[in-house]
Amino acid sequence: MQIFLFLLPQLILFLSVVLVFGIDLMGSKEKKWLPYLALTGAVISLGISLYQYGWMEIEEITVLGGMIAMDSFSHFFQIFASLVAVFITLLSMAYMKVKSPYQGEYYSFILLGSFAISLLALSSDLVMIFIAFELLSISSYILTGFFRYDPKSSEASIKYFLYGSLASAMMLYGMSLLYGATASTNLVEIAKVLANIDPSLNWIVYPAIVLMLVGFGFKTATAPFHQWSPDAYEGAPTPVTAFLAVGSIGAGFAILIRVMITALPAFQLNWGALITGLSIISMTLGNLVAISQKNIKRMLAYSGIAHAGYILIGLVSWESGLLGTVFDGLSGILVYLLVYLAANLGAFAVVTAIDHKTGSNQIEDYAGLIKRSPLLAGTMVVFLLSLIGIPGTGGFVGKLLVFGSALRAEYYFLALVAIINSVIAGFYYLNVIRYMFFQPLDEPSGEKIQLPGSLSVVLVVTCVFTLLMGIIAQPFIHFVQTSLKLVLS
Amino acid sequence: MNFPVLSAITFVPLLISLIVLIIPKSKENLIRWSATILSLIPLALAIYVYFVVQADPGTMQFKEEYSWIPSLDVYYRMGADGLSAIMLVLTALLSTLCLYYSIYTIKDRVKEYYFLFLLLQVGMSGVFVSLDFIFFYVFWEIGLVPMYLLIGVWGGKRRIYASIKFFLYTLAGSMAMLLAIIAVYLETGTFDILKAAAAQPFAGNLTFAAVAFWAFFIGFAIKVPIFPFHTWLPDAHTEAPTTGSVILAGVLLKLGAYGLIRIVLPMFPEQFAYYSYEVPIIPILAVISIVYGALVCMAQWDLKRLIAYSSVSHMGYVTLGISAAAASLHVPGAGTEQAITSAIIGLNGASLQLFTHGIITGGLFFLVGMIYDRAHTRQIKDFGGLGAKMPYYYGIMMVTGFASLGLPGLAGFWSELFVFRGTFAAIPVFAMIGILGLVFTAAYILWKVIQHVFLGEFDQEKWDAVTHNAKITDMATFEKVTMWPLVILMVLIGLYPSLVTRLLNAVSTAMISNF
Repeated sequence: MQIFLFLLPQLILFLSVVLVFGIDLMGSKEKKWLPYLALTGAVISLGISLYQYGWMEIEEITVLGGMIAMDSFSHFFQIFASLVAVFITLLSMAYMKVKSPYQGEYYSFILLGSFAISLLALSSDLVMIFIAFELLSISSYILTGFFRYDPKSSEASIKYFLYGSLASAMMLYGMSLLYGATASTNLVEIAKVLANIDPSLNWIVYPAIVLMLVGFGFKTATAPFHQWSPDAYEGAPTPVTAFLAVGSIGAGFAILIRVMITALPAFQLNWGALITGLSIISMTLGNLVAISQKNIKRMLAYSGIAHAGYILIGLVSWESGLLGTVFDGLSGILVYLLVYLAANLGAFAVVTAIDHKTGSNQIEDYAGLIKRSPLLAGTMVVFLLSLIGIPGTGGFVGKLLVFGSALRAEYYFLALVAIINSVIAGFYYLNVIRYMFFQPLDEPSGEKIQLPGSLSVVLVVTCVFTLLMGIIAQPFIHFVQTSLKLVLS
Repeated sequence: MNFPVLSAITFVPLLISLIVLIIPKSKENLIRWSATILSLIPLALAIYVYFVVQADPGTMQFKEEYSWIPSLDVYYRMGADGLSAIMLVLTALLSTLCLYYSIYTIKDRVKEYYFLFLLLQVGMSGVFVSLDFIFFYVFWEIGLVPMYLLIGVWGGKRRIYASIKFFLYTLAGSMAMLLAIIAVYLETGTFDILKAAAAQPFAGNLTFAAVAFWAFFIGFAIKVPIFPFHTWLPDAHTEAPTTGSVILAGVLLKLGAYGLIRIVLPMFPEQFAYYSYEVPIIPILAVISIVYGALVCMAQWDLKRLIAYSSVSHMGYVTLGISAAAASLHVPGAGTEQAITSAIIGLNGASLQLFTHGIITGGLFFLVGMIYDRAHTRQIKDFGGLGAKMPYYYGIMMVTGFASLGLPGLAGFWSELFVFRGTFAAIPVFAMIGILGLVFTAAYILWKVIQHVFLGEFDQEKWDAVTHNAKITDMATFEKVTMWPLVILMVLIGLYPSLVTRLLNAVSTAMISNF
């Protein structure tokens, strides 16, 4: 019964997938209310996961034959996935209505993707991880190529698929090596074996770690496994880009953290060194390349790569005894993910609104946005400032925690690279603000932009959250620290 | 007395900005006047604090402390001593004057302008009363964004370049400071500025202390700005709208120097003394700022840029005064009454210079703005003989210019006197080099500003040619109203510096005797 209740949010998401898909198949009439059905499912799932958060007794145990971890960390990502489902559905409503006739498929894949996100975070077994990973990847490929008559969308999808298959294959190879070394696919069992492993077997574990990091690096869009992301972001329908940028990356981090701290704590020195390298490359490459981008979706893709680099700092600075304390790396990561969710979803809501209205994603077409829509320009400033990390927005709290964890763990060089990168990042985010506020409108096309209601909701909610996380950070930090009370180990 | 007066001073402008936000865009005059009149409230409160704050023993008063982010040990901590009180008055006064001046000069996007300006005031006032590092940092950075937008939207021709340069320079400095703040927290276990200073972080670890010291120092030095971190300043000041320049020079630069006095000096006295006396990097940078800044002024033909560089030079005195106070800890005979007295005098000079430079340079930027609004040029060579055409303006400019060059009887004199008195006692070589700056300052004020612009024959043809037949009118009433409070203060402090130094002296004494 406890297990059933625990998995209820996932069950509801899955049920909504089946319903939306099934009802769409029945009869030939267009059903305009399908998006609302999807939204209802997502909202119920969110409501239940939030409600259970304060109420349910959970333990750090694995259930369903060791496949699912029932800990507070899973709970956090249940909420995360439901939030993604709700917001992406809202984001898509006005946009997809115009752009595509295939409403049923679209929303069922969004929900299926969100379901896969939470499933991935819940997995505590290599087999389960691979299944959830593939489920998420395949939903993402389909969503990316959803505009199949748009060559860019198709190209993005193919590219994403090819990269993804390769990464999955390498990850699977790594998993099989790990299974070979430990004779188990259960993360907890693996950790037990690895704790006392014969040193001569290390040569199997090392490549296993490297190969699995390729897979996780792909999912989190961490350099040098990021090449798919700018193209996929640019070609995908804009709400799908938001899904990839927030949901898919969040899931990647969830499983990266889970595997590293649950199964491989004995090898922290090794994966720590690798991830430090990935982090430095990601931050630097992401920020430097983002500067020269003309398309805002590509810019956000590269900035996402940079943010993945910042987030990895938290994992590097992880110390098992410090979970949930001040400047513990993992609470830094989870706060950062929340902040990033709000700011990035908000930014993509703005991008969607402008794409919807003007059909353009070029940064220069944001000129004079303050005149065309003060709401869009005003909220976009908040999101961009949060991504820079200016105090008063959530971004600052996230950066404070992550950089603080690096200093606490005495990774001074990493902290230094991170702050230098934060300054570089200031440049391209400000560039967007510059266009919105400083460049005059010179075209007659500069009429006012009317916002669809669903987009306004996303904008206002994410903006309020971004500001709240900066001004009244306590409840959010508390939420995260509670989520880290029970982590499978 | 439980009224949270410091919170009120800080957050009333935020409230006003929200009021501005809900007034419809079309009612421009309502926005202008309500913002200006309501901004008298923080001014009145600041003046109240100035009168009520106890000079002795120079400790923090009006304290407020609430838990803010308990998980991170971050508190909402405010407090003010004499120095904070003086800076609050400066901030509120200049803000109100700018808001008033803008009623007549800002025609475009009025609502956004007033909203951003008031937000800027929140950031500035907050810095002067924060006693918690994170809280301090939040205010420190909040001011950045409105200033960036003020320069970018309402600025001059190269505003986009100037605004982004300003933002990135300051961001780089604050990021270094953020790391130092976290390091201090990890060392001392508190974000409380006073407690952290009392704990003397990294006292046993010289390398770490030096790194943390320089991280803070550079963070603040960029804002002051101290050579070689000054290059953002001429661009930002020149391109900003008049009121933006006034606030930049009048208050924002002071934030950096205030940080040096309030945070760096008490927390790292040993390092500060070491780099002021044994390895005198800081006084060297200070005198370079002073002399180089003044020399560049001599070579400038753009009036606004000239005043901007004069800020580099004048803020050099502040750095010199602080480093002299620090050096006194390591001079032979440190600890004697004589050394302590000079240290206090040096620090008094530095903190007095914050206030006097604020009103004088604020005034100068207003004056430059007024002539630019008439002529639409700032080239000194385009002017000449204006004294006869604009006698009232000429008079006010004379007083402000003389105050700037340190004429006895006006405000600038005392701060420079104190700075050099403190410096001569501790590090005389730098006082001797630095005093060259005074000579050059007199030269560029008299030669460039007074002689080239006001004296000589007025040439109507040339004026018509360069200004496209602009009318020459003397100061309008609103311009007089803007300038008079500043001029009165320059004269008052010139005649009776005790108005300000009575409070500053107590703070300096308390600070120096703590070491």
